[in-house]
Amino acid sequence: MGAGKRRRLMDLLSSFLAWLTDASHWTGDTGIPVRVGEHLLISGIPLLVAIVVALPVGLFIGHTGKGALLAVSLGNIGRALPSLGILGIILPLTLPLTAGTDIPLGLPPSLIALFALALPPIITNCHVGIREVDRDLIEAARGMGMRETQVLTRVELPLATPVILAGIRTSAVQVVATATLGAVLGIGGLGRYILDGISQHDDGQLITGAVLVALLAILTELGFAALQRASVSPGLRSTGDRAYEVAGQAPRPPA
Amino acid sequence: MTPDEPLIDFDWVARNLDEIARRLGEHLVMTGIAVVVGFLISFALALAIRRSRRLYGPILAVSGVLYTIPSLALFALLIPITGLSLLSAEIALVSYTVLILVRNIVAGLESVPADVTEAAIGMGFTPLERLRRIELPLAVPVIVAGLRIATVTTVGLVTVTSLIGQGGLGYFIVVVGIRDFFPTPIYIGAGLSIVLALAADVALLGIQRALTPWARASGAA
Repeated sequence: MGAGKRRRLMDLLSSFLAWLTDASHWTGDTGIPVRVGEHLLISGIPLLVAIVVALPVGLFIGHTGKGALLAVSLGNIGRALPSLGILGIILPLTLPLTAGTDIPLGLPPSLIALFALALPPIITNCHVGIREVDRDLIEAARGMGMRETQVLTRVELPLATPVILAGIRTSAVQVVATATLGAVLGIGGLGRYILDGISQHDDGQLITGAVLVALLAILTELGFAALQRASVSPGLRSTGDRAYEVAGQAPRPPA
Repeated sequence: MTPDEPLIDFDWVARNLDEIARRLGEHLVMTGIAVVVGFLISFALALAIRRSRRLYGPILAVSGVLYTIPSLALFALLIPITGLSLLSAEIALVSYTVLILVRNIVAGLESVPADVTEAAIGMGFTPLERLRRIELPLAVPVIVAGLRIATVTTVGLVTVTSLIGQGGLGYFIVVVGIRDFFPTPIYIGAGLSIVLALAADVALLGIQRALTPWARASGAA
């Protein structure tokens, strides 16, 4: 690396540290704590709603096998949809909702788009997780006189939990990442720093936003990965069984 | 934008056909560069992993972390270094393809049955011949599966590069559509980008079929 390049990188590092450690960037409505909080709310609410909606649907599909094609196609379509495109498509549809109110016009489309993005991985993984449960175990459970709901809650669900959590983890990371794009529609969150940094040619703000978003996404990934590992039955874990890694499952698209 | 406005303003479409074609071409080229460069890098990495298995963990870990970084953040981190340029966009796009492609190329090469490899050795094939004439052809379906995922993903991500002044069809979504509250370009941009993703997917599937005639003969997909 040439001396000029190294100096440029050092300059960038110092403008990043200067911006990050400036006390005025840690208070007020545009301060880092508020932006992080906004980002977590904008991602957390649609994720929770998506979990509440997708779990019953996915469990139903997995248990009965009805609508399996829907579950598989949802996953494939979800990959082809550009997240920015979804945001844009929903915006004109929700404008009448926000007209004349104090609600920021970018908020409903962002929340709806994030909700829609979070659904497919959870539904698909619920379906796959339950389908992958050993059929003999389910026959045995029925033979023991379990009712269908008991088969689902006592046999299928515990065994499928790691795979289902993998789906939620995929959704969570994608939602946290895509929430950054909400800034394009003028709402808060950490994407604000990136877009403002670009338009104001403020490298410190730009890098701070990017680093914080990246950290948040990585922490989400690691947090859910830990949860997922913890959900694997200790007996399976000790045998090195990697059942929680769905075979052949493509990694989630980056957002 | 008013509620009684038609969903798509066809006059706008007719007036902007040239621009739409140009942006579509740009989108295709940006995707192509990212996937081709990503494939070359991933192929080299996969060969290195085959020689020394110890590299697999670290390579997956690094590409996995890159993969987790939101695209806008990755573009943003590159701006101060490589500017609001095609280069910034492509560096990020390429780095996203590596995780998918390395995994699939390694899995594809490893899917070759041991007897087949032994038979090839017995017939006096050198390692390079084995790779070129046995392992690569047999790995085609898994490698193409990776290429399909990487391509569809990249088509979607190219739209985001409109935020750093590139973007192909994303230009219509962000610059013309969202900034001016004008829905037609948003539908055109998002719609064509989905069509492009699906068309690329079908084209790659066609290439796979052409490269693996034996799979068709035996009735497998």
